[in-house]
Amino acid sequence: MGTYLLRNLLQRLVLLFIVSVIAHAVVHLAPGEPSEVDPSNPRMKPEDVAKIRAAFHLDKPLYAQYGYWMRDLFTGELKSFKDSQPVLPKIGRRFLNSLPLFIGATLIVWTLSFPVGIRAALHRGSGYDRSTTFVAYALISIPGFFLSYLAILGVVGFFGVPVIGMRTFGIQDATPVYQIMDRFWHLAIPSLMSALGGIAVLSRYVRSQMLEVMGQDYVRTARAKGLDEDTVIYRHALRNALLPFITMFGFMLPALIGGSVIFEQIFAWPGLGRLGYEAILSRDFPVILTINFIAAALTLAGTFLSDVLYAVADPRIRLE
Amino acid sequence: MSAQAVASVHAQRPLAESPGRQFWRVFKRDRLAMAGLVVLALLLGIALAGKALTAWVPAFDPATVRLVDKLRPPLSPVSNLVAPAERPLGSIYVLGTDDLGRDVAARMLQGASVSLLIGFVAVGIAMTIGVLLGGLAGYYGGVRLGVVTVDTLIMRFTDVMLCFPTFFLILTVVALLPPSIYNIMIVIGVTSWMGAARFVRAEFLSLRSQDFVVAAQALGLPEWRIIFRHMLPNAMSPLLVSATISVADAILTESALSFLGFGVQPPFATWGNVLADGKDYIFDAPWLFFIPGFAILAVVLAFNLAGEGLREALNPKLRSR
Repeated sequence: MGTYLLRNLLQRLVLLFIVSVIAHAVVHLAPGEPSEVDPSNPRMKPEDVAKIRAAFHLDKPLYAQYGYWMRDLFTGELKSFKDSQPVLPKIGRRFLNSLPLFIGATLIVWTLSFPVGIRAALHRGSGYDRSTTFVAYALISIPGFFLSYLAILGVVGFFGVPVIGMRTFGIQDATPVYQIMDRFWHLAIPSLMSALGGIAVLSRYVRSQMLEVMGQDYVRTARAKGLDEDTVIYRHALRNALLPFITMFGFMLPALIGGSVIFEQIFAWPGLGRLGYEAILSRDFPVILTINFIAAALTLAGTFLSDVLYAVADPRIRLE
Repeated sequence: MSAQAVASVHAQRPLAESPGRQFWRVFKRDRLAMAGLVVLALLLGIALAGKALTAWVPAFDPATVRLVDKLRPPLSPVSNLVAPAERPLGSIYVLGTDDLGRDVAARMLQGASVSLLIGFVAVGIAMTIGVLLGGLAGYYGGVRLGVVTVDTLIMRFTDVMLCFPTFFLILTVVALLPPSIYNIMIVIGVTSWMGAARFVRAEFLSLRSQDFVVAAQALGLPEWRIIFRHMLPNAMSPLLVSATISVADAILTESALSFLGFGVQPPFATWGNVLADGKDYIFDAPWLFFIPGFAILAVVLAFNLAGEGLREALNPKLRSR
């Protein structure tokens, strides 16, 4: 077990290294440098451009630039090209803003998908099954920003609460309860919107997993023993059906971070995705690369954790 | 033999049914999938007709700007000030006009073919890479290159690609490259082959040990022939399903890119950028937002439902039922 974990961890570190090399190469090899953001500006003389390039190490060979990036990243010295602010605290603040969104979306996905999927599996072919199937497909087929705009219109129109941004401005004097409710309202729609795709995919997966398990011999045995239906479903079937979902946890992370670009942009949420978008617009390479690096590290950590949890949850699996 | 007798023979011997017919019988039973297929057939017709009409018929030119007729709601008549050559068919804006007085119907017609093209080319690229890498890993997986096997090399690379937040990566590359419709297709294709590679490898691993492949190898057939003529057709059905669903994803990705301003640039109209432009007029001209939105929903839904129907109909476990 110990050696397996160690080897797995090492493999993941190698993967992370390769991810960072590829990301670095892609960003630097693509045409368009930070020094060229404003090429038509007559005040930019060639010597100025050369000065900028030297300051950002852009005149060095690619591997040297990678070395500088890694060195600065791990010593915490990495500065944004755009405003010379240290990158890590900048990303840290934005990440803390995104965190409630990620947690909210994850909670919604996992608490809604299971009941819906299980019920659809138990009543296979019923009206409920067919309509949830259709709704699930509709949800993954609708452009996220289209649905979000409809949701904003609906919420603002029917409930009269503002939903753009993280909080309403100018309510510092309101009661704490009011402020907390305000935060929840602002959180609810964006996290629901980022969750919808996940709900659709996961509930379909829960359904097929439950169908698979319900056909197994041990479920028939449990029924033959005369156990009541709830025990059969929730203790014998569901517990076995749950296993594959441990691995889903790690894999849903990159989608969440990638998707946050769109949803944070729509809801003006000052989070990680929006920071990434702004960095892309201004060709702020250190920020782009570091966000990508952190996302990859989180994904690898997530899949590592789910590998370990899988072994803990399923005694049939031995890590060797 | 009378038709009835033929039918009864078929009823007794369902195994004699050809695979294609069997597939069709199962597929037809799934009403949602059939609806999806009908929508897709319609869409293909619209896209082809749209391509021809917008290119050759001046009444359908999506780039005609009529500033006197801007933001007209659907079904409104053309104003008298518009020159006869610039009038849409029947002198009525069937789907209204946008902020420059361009005919939304013509733009949607042009967009249908561009959106479909993006979906198909991107998925074509993704599937080609997926089949090549997955096939290599599945067939030559055991070959060692120095310290690592081919399988380790390819599958670890796939893992690397899965670590990227895909949309963020696409956005980064599209934003850095000069804006062009081809770059968008290529970037979407190059970042979405991982699923295909994984299951082609899995299929190949299980096919490799099957008797017909062993027999082909014993006959001394060249390896490319075994791979492309014997193994690949057997791995085709999951590929087809995944391709159908990936087209849907590519269309959605394009619309999301358009929303952020990195989609297909004018003068090309795609449903994604018609929708993205329309969002600014959601109160003044809601049709600019709702028409492309629901069009994308319908088409992507059709791709997803047809893909799911294919999955069911191609699954041998479900066929006999």
